[in-house]
Amino acid sequence: MLAPASGATDAVAASGLASLAWLLLALPAFGAAVLLLAGKRADKWGHLLGCATIIAAFAYGLALFFTTLGQGAEERTSELHLFDWIPVGALDVEFGLRLDPLSLTFVLLITGVGSLIHIYSIGYMAHEEGRRKFFAYLNLFVSAMLLLVLGNGFVTLYFGWEGVGLASYLLIGWYQYKPEAASAAKKAFLMNRVGDLGLAIAIFIMFKELGTTTYTDVFARVDELSSGSILAITLLLLLGACGKSGQFPLQAWLPDAMAGPTPVSALIHAATMVTAGVYLIARSNPIYNLSADGRLVVMIIGGVTLLIGCIIGCAYDDFKKVLAYSTVSQIGYMILAVGLGPVGYALGIMHLLTHGFFKAGLFLGAGSVMHGMNDEGNIRRMGGLAKYMPVTFATWALGYLALIGIPPFSGFFSKDAIIAAAFGEPGWRGYVFGGVALLGAALTAFYMTRLLILVFLGKPRWKELKTSEDGREYHPHESPWSMKIPMIVLAVGSVGAGFFLENGERLAGWLEPTLGPLQETHGALDHTMVAILSVALSLVGVALAFLLFGRKPQPTTRPLRVSFPVRAARADLYGNALNEALFARPGTWLSRALVFVDNKGVDGLVNGTAALLGGSSGRLRRLQTGFVRSYALSMLLGAICVLGALLMVRFS
Amino acid sequence: MTFLAQVELIKPPEIEYSAIAPVLIVLGAACVSVLFEAFLPKHQRWAAQVVLTMLTFIGAGTALGLYAGAETTTAQGITTLSGAVAVDRPVIFLWVTLLLLGFGSILLIADRSVEPGGAFVADAAVRPGTVQDRAQATRTGMQTEVFPLTLFALAGMMVFVAANDLLTMFIALEVLSLPLYLMCGLARRRRLLSQEAAVKYFLLGAFASAFFLYGLALLYGYAGSVKLADIATATAGSDKSDTLLFAGFGLLVVGLLFKASVGPFHAWTPDVYQGAPTPITAFMAACTKVAAFGGILRVLTVAFERTNWEWRGVLWGVAVASMVIGAVLGLTQTDVKRMVAYSSVAHAGFLLIGSISLTEQGLSGTLFYLLAYGFTTIAVFGVISLVRNADGEATHLSQWAGLAKRSPVLAGVFTFLLLALAGIPLTSGFVGKFVVFAAAIQDGLAPLVVVALVASAVAAFFYLRVIVLMYFSEPAPDGPTVTVPGAFTTIAITVGAAVTLVLGVWPSFALDWAGAGGFIF
Amino acid sequence: MLQPYLPLVFMFLLAGAFALFSVTAAPYIGPRRYNRAKLDAYECGIEPSPAPIVGGGRMPVAYYLTAMLFILFDIEMVFLYPFAVSADKLGLFGLVEIALFVATVGFAYAYVWRRGGLDWN
Repeated sequence: MLAPASGATDAVAASGLASLAWLLLALPAFGAAVLLLAGKRADKWGHLLGCATIIAAFAYGLALFFTTLGQGAEERTSELHLFDWIPVGALDVEFGLRLDPLSLTFVLLITGVGSLIHIYSIGYMAHEEGRRKFFAYLNLFVSAMLLLVLGNGFVTLYFGWEGVGLASYLLIGWYQYKPEAASAAKKAFLMNRVGDLGLAIAIFIMFKELGTTTYTDVFARVDELSSGSILAITLLLLLGACGKSGQFPLQAWLPDAMAGPTPVSALIHAATMVTAGVYLIARSNPIYNLSADGRLVVMIIGGVTLLIGCIIGCAYDDFKKVLAYSTVSQIGYMILAVGLGPVGYALGIMHLLTHGFFKAGLFLGAGSVMHGMNDEGNIRRMGGLAKYMPVTFATWALGYLALIGIPPFSGFFSKDAIIAAAFGEPGWRGYVFGGVALLGAALTAFYMTRLLILVFLGKPRWKELKTSEDGREYHPHESPWSMKIPMIVLAVGSVGAGFFLENGERLAGWLEPTLGPLQETHGALDHTMVAILSVALSLVGVALAFLLFGRKPQPTTRPLRVSFPVRAARADLYGNALNEALFARPGTWLSRALVFVDNKGVDGLVNGTAALLGGSSGRLRRLQTGFVRSYALSMLLGAICVLGALLMVRFS
Repeated sequence: MTFLAQVELIKPPEIEYSAIAPVLIVLGAACVSVLFEAFLPKHQRWAAQVVLTMLTFIGAGTALGLYAGAETTTAQGITTLSGAVAVDRPVIFLWVTLLLLGFGSILLIADRSVEPGGAFVADAAVRPGTVQDRAQATRTGMQTEVFPLTLFALAGMMVFVAANDLLTMFIALEVLSLPLYLMCGLARRRRLLSQEAAVKYFLLGAFASAFFLYGLALLYGYAGSVKLADIATATAGSDKSDTLLFAGFGLLVVGLLFKASVGPFHAWTPDVYQGAPTPITAFMAACTKVAAFGGILRVLTVAFERTNWEWRGVLWGVAVASMVIGAVLGLTQTDVKRMVAYSSVAHAGFLLIGSISLTEQGLSGTLFYLLAYGFTTIAVFGVISLVRNADGEATHLSQWAGLAKRSPVLAGVFTFLLLALAGIPLTSGFVGKFVVFAAAIQDGLAPLVVVALVASAVAAFFYLRVIVLMYFSEPAPDGPTVTVPGAFTTIAITVGAAVTLVLGVWPSFALDWAGAGGFIF
Repeated sequence: MLQPYLPLVFMFLLAGAFALFSVTAAPYIGPRRYNRAKLDAYECGIEPSPAPIVGGGRMPVAYYLTAMLFILFDIEMVFLYPFAVSADKLGLFGLVEIALFVATVGFAYAYVWRRGGLDWN
């Protein structure tokens, strides 16, 4: 069989160690099942079982990875047939796993970060009732996520896709007593449904045109399709990716999803699930390679999202929401990268991996801060915490440096490569996308530095407030070891992963059997120039933030208001609003406008559709009068319509 | 001419008793059940009826198993009773489905632990609100006629899906409908609502039967025969007016669509689902749907396949109407039984998509969908029957607020079932939708599938609303309690939920079996 | 060609003429003694009672029950006529079938009888 354009190698049947790959799915699923079924009996050991299954899966993943590494590039792609899932005539959906460099990379990311976050959750959720249920859901998530990346066809992927959506829904709504958790969970579910619709239709088109949905067959025969169908498939897959990955215009659910517990935000809404969209596009690279228009739309979406994300990130005062918009923006980078095509697939995956490390670390740091501050999320009520939480501060700062792309931290390597590749696009595209990506880097540095200053540096404003809004006194303290160790491990990843993966194109070479060789680009600006520019712009962003927020102490609250912490906080907010308006008025307006559009426009569209349906439903409902005579009349009218239509079709 | 001398014997039709044994067993048991009602003293009837009904299901199941098992070597199926009844692969699948779902419904019907004395009134003839009525409210007896009525209805359904001529089909339609009308009016609580439902269902059902019968007459005028096969032959080449054919087809189909509660012929569904005793609603929602779509599949495939170019567009529109009506109107329902009713209207639209695909995949997909949907529905109504307050079932959605805090297990099961209705993977609902839509896509119904996907996305909203309500709202202080079910209801709910899961994870055996062969005529 | 049907046409004509004759002749021939009962709608010679003796304005429900039972059994018995006409042609098979049929009706009869459907009160 002729190898398709991407250079993806043919799959061989899995053998040896790989034939046990079903364990990857079965272990976490087993954990989830035991935890859910055992009930209260599992309270004592439930969290340990949850961790053990994930760690076991990680260990197996590692073993599999090293085995595969020992094989030649030709043998690295294998398939494991488990059973025939939906066999009906021509439609034969088998339940099989595809083990190749791309999926194994994700397996390691998911189980690796998953293990760390499971361990972290032992400490974080220690005071929670029903902790075992939390672990059950986390295990369920890991299992579904692994299915998503390991499936050997689009239907299996869809299966995992819905599974992670469900787990995410359950976990966002974890704090059942909070109304915002309920509405956030609902919003996430519904917005994801919009994306899922796109994915489902794309799968049906493939099935209709090609009669198959497995990766091997689809990719081998995709060039039989008309360019129109290919464009439709690429756009619909992109819609699915937008829903799951919080990309424009479906980004609004992701910040709201921060209502869930912090480990969930770190694992699902930063490191793994939200990157599923990137995975989907990278996995479908043979399809995207055939449609330049489709890729352009992907790039536009990525570019728009990355700007929106960092501009709104400047405006929020909630620790986790700023990080969430940062995630939106960073995934925008990844989407932009995979939109670039063969020059960018591997770069997108690389940024995904480094981002998995440092963003998970940043979230865990945020969780650690909130854990020590009575679950306080408002950064204006923090400040000067570095002294009280040295380990959290140190690990968080390393993640911060990685995110804003300071060499030699990991974000530098991965983000820079994307910016350089964007500049490599021909013509105006190079300048537009490269410029957007550069601007994004500067803005990222700005809002992240603001976050750093307001939380860890400056005056400890919480001392003046004394108590959090629920009346508990602030006693900032370092978190237990179960939380510290994962943060340290992730910090190490934030520091070293970028160089390690970039050095000698280690990652790109490893992914070649799946994504094709990483092509070089030579654009308007060469790589060194881009690197210098992006670091310089980031430093400008940092400096600006220090000028605005760090040079002088944040306005001290007036003595009168000390006893009214809420009003004091409000005054604090006014002061800063003034501050911002004087120095960065245009930026503020822009971000305000975007927040407005985000809240009113996009939400409005969602709510408006719901209102339209609800309204018409309410009006139509009145037709259901309860009178038999009107029911009979409606039947009669229906019958007349059916008859009329039949006869019209016949005699026209 | 002397005809007195030569008596020429009329040749009786060949009857393949082993093939129709399941139906004969159910009908015979129904007759015995009537005799039980006649001769047994009141206090023995319930126990005797339950035992008899269980034996019936075992007997009919065994007979069916023996026949289907022994027949593996022979061809796809046979027709018997001079071609009035066909026993082919789809019919065997539908019979098994009907018997399984009927068994599940009977478990709910027979349960007397949830509502003391059962969900059925002791004496349905007493006028609601009178002194006698208040007196019987405290009695724990129940109208055990519901058992023979269920058996008769079930037998009607079994004949309905196997009927190979329209007259047999009509008789079967009446045999299945008349008991259902009665059963709707037997609720122990909210008796006026229940009786209203029964009258409405009867009146509209009679109206729909008239449509069916009129269509039958016109088709007879067209083809000169009521046999499906003869109608198919006539459509191949006949000098009769096509007006007869299409007018007859339209009227016939309206009658069938009514039974299947496809919009816009669904108007009875919410009222009747709400008013009928919940076990009966489960029986209607699961088994009637199976029977009606079994009939629709056979009529469309056998008699009208050749003319599908003319009618397909029309049923296309009907399917869209049904999905839209079900999905949109479901959004504002405040009663959980009405909500499920609208959900069933939307599902009828999905099923109709599979039915008009007219391919092997369409047939097997629709059959699978029916099986999957039936089990989920029975479990759903089983759960609904457990949430109660002093007035009986608490079906208003506001009363379900915070249910997860009162009974996490029940809320969990219900959530799972709702997700199955919404078509989330890992449930049978997903596989069912997938196979039906895939078949439709293959047969060139892609736009319809897009509408269906949108409709199911909209419908997901109201399922989700219930989930959110159960998990994220504060329970009302005077909210309902969750009754601990007895063995019968527990089995029905457990089996329903388990099958929903099994068919979602490992559907291949059922799909294989649903796709084993086509209609014989 | 339609000759065999000619007597039928005459039959119809005769019937129509008789009806016409009766209706038109009656006012001329008969005595005209009007009373309230005669002028009432649906007149049948008996004055409809505004309040029947039992049931406070309604017919006793047992009346409907009996009427309905009569109709049901009556209609079922209609099937016996075609059987009786061609009993010899149907042979043993037909006999068994009709016996089963009668038995089924018998079940229903037993139910009605045992559950008091035939008691007037």
